[in-house]
Amino acid sequence: MRTPPPSFSGYGLGLRKEHYRDFLDTDVPVDFVEVISENFMVDGGQPRDILRRIREKHPVALHGVSLSIGSSDGLDMAYLRRLKSLADDVQPLFVSDHLSWSRIAGFNSHDLLPLPYTEEALALVCRNIETAQDVLGRAMLFENPSSYVAFDGATMSEWDFLAEMSQRTGCGLLLDVNNIYVSASNHGFDAHAFLRGIPANRVRQVHLAGHTQGPGLLIDTHDKPVCDDVWALYATAMSVLGPVATMIERDDDIRPLPELLAELDTARSIGTRSADHREVA
Amino acid sequence: MNLAEVQRGFSDWLTDTTGEDGKPAIASQASAGFAVYRNNYRAQLIGCLEASYPQVARWIGADAFREAAIHHIGIHPPRSWTLDQYGVDFPDTVFALYPRSPDLRELAWIECALAEAFVATDSTPLTTESLANVNWDAATLTLTPSLRMHEATTNADDLWFALDAEATVPEGEMLDQPGGFVVWRKGFRSQLKRVDATDYAALLALRNDGRFAAWCDVLVERLAEERGIARAGTLLAEWIGAGIVVDVEIENQGSS
Repeated sequence: MRTPPPSFSGYGLGLRKEHYRDFLDTDVPVDFVEVISENFMVDGGQPRDILRRIREKHPVALHGVSLSIGSSDGLDMAYLRRLKSLADDVQPLFVSDHLSWSRIAGFNSHDLLPLPYTEEALALVCRNIETAQDVLGRAMLFENPSSYVAFDGATMSEWDFLAEMSQRTGCGLLLDVNNIYVSASNHGFDAHAFLRGIPANRVRQVHLAGHTQGPGLLIDTHDKPVCDDVWALYATAMSVLGPVATMIERDDDIRPLPELLAELDTARSIGTRSADHREVA
Repeated sequence: MNLAEVQRGFSDWLTDTTGEDGKPAIASQASAGFAVYRNNYRAQLIGCLEASYPQVARWIGADAFREAAIHHIGIHPPRSWTLDQYGVDFPDTVFALYPRSPDLRELAWIECALAEAFVATDSTPLTTESLANVNWDAATLTLTPSLRMHEATTNADDLWFALDAEATVPEGEMLDQPGGFVVWRKGFRSQLKRVDATDYAALLALRNDGRFAAWCDVLVERLAEERGIARAGTLLAEWIGAGIVVDVEIENQGSS
């Protein structure tokens, strides 16, 4: 049985190409950076060179979007081998992806599609996680996605699914606090119940991001600063989790680096204060 | 309904561009949430094509490009895990939509090739020293893995350079003599060059059969002996300097 990767507590940013120059030429005050794995799963050229140079300066977490751990027809082994090659090269803090699916029968949606939280899906996801972890030779982290629909026939909550998945496979969890907030709003569940239901000792990383109000739903757009409600939920999360690697994801309307670093300072301040007042179960 | 049926039903609905059903058949009731997924799917792919073909988009205009992208998404659902692969057949879609604009198709090919070359396998340039004492009669030349080639019938390269520089764009026109577009990467920068028919044929021949002697025969056949051999020497020097020829292997001796 695998165990989640070692803990790392610090504050980081998602590395985006708009900030490559800053990271290459200056000493950016972050404890780690997270990169989208697929952007660097290429044969050669500048992307891999940039990643190598940034890796010399900062610990790196690999965060994927295309593993499709919930695909009912199994994993794409060619994809996994490429991911392993990248991970072996980078020696990352974490290798993570999402509790979702994107690929079926050769079609790839390139979106994080929701899973029904059923025993059948749980068994399949666990099987796929074990395969992925065996190929990679390391435990992964899986992130709770934002979701916009729930399926008839679900037999467990998302947090129960995550907890059982982690228990069975030894994978760690990447807790996206904004996604909890978005999904709680969209599906009408209690975000604090989610936090209470997650096995805190298996959470290795936290994501923070902004969202947008859509027609009748919140949409996880990563194009805005973290909102006050999500900061409050983050404070609660950190009081439960204790010190854990936290980062801010910004994928659209990318702001100048000083703005994101100021936002990260807010995370550092809230996270440190809340983790210091950790609730002991 | 099992998970496989749920996933097939969801993906069938996502890729269905004929109907505007608000939900997959697998769902008991419509919800605004399904529309979010369909919108995400389409927006992601349109964004991918816009990022991959910025000069085509500038050339035909945002509205026409969006129309072409939506048409492409309808007939080419993505199949690869990487979005880098999505849109490799967009030049064919462009040609199908604009059959009287070969310049547009070739412009799209150029953009696709430049993007592929950008992340192609690395290669190390040859040094002058490594070429000393080469027995050329037994030499086989290796081309950079980033090399992409396509017949040139239009001035699409002129269009690309002008669009990229945001300069005045010339009229698209047919070439008097077809040649070839050559795309490769030198260092970290993708390169684009149009070559004449002879040089294009020579590069094609070299890609098909890397033996230097056989390649010289092709040039001699086209240009006669004296000019053919002289041209081979000139092209070899040029292609080594440009990073197109990246290795010289000697039979029984290995790489230089």
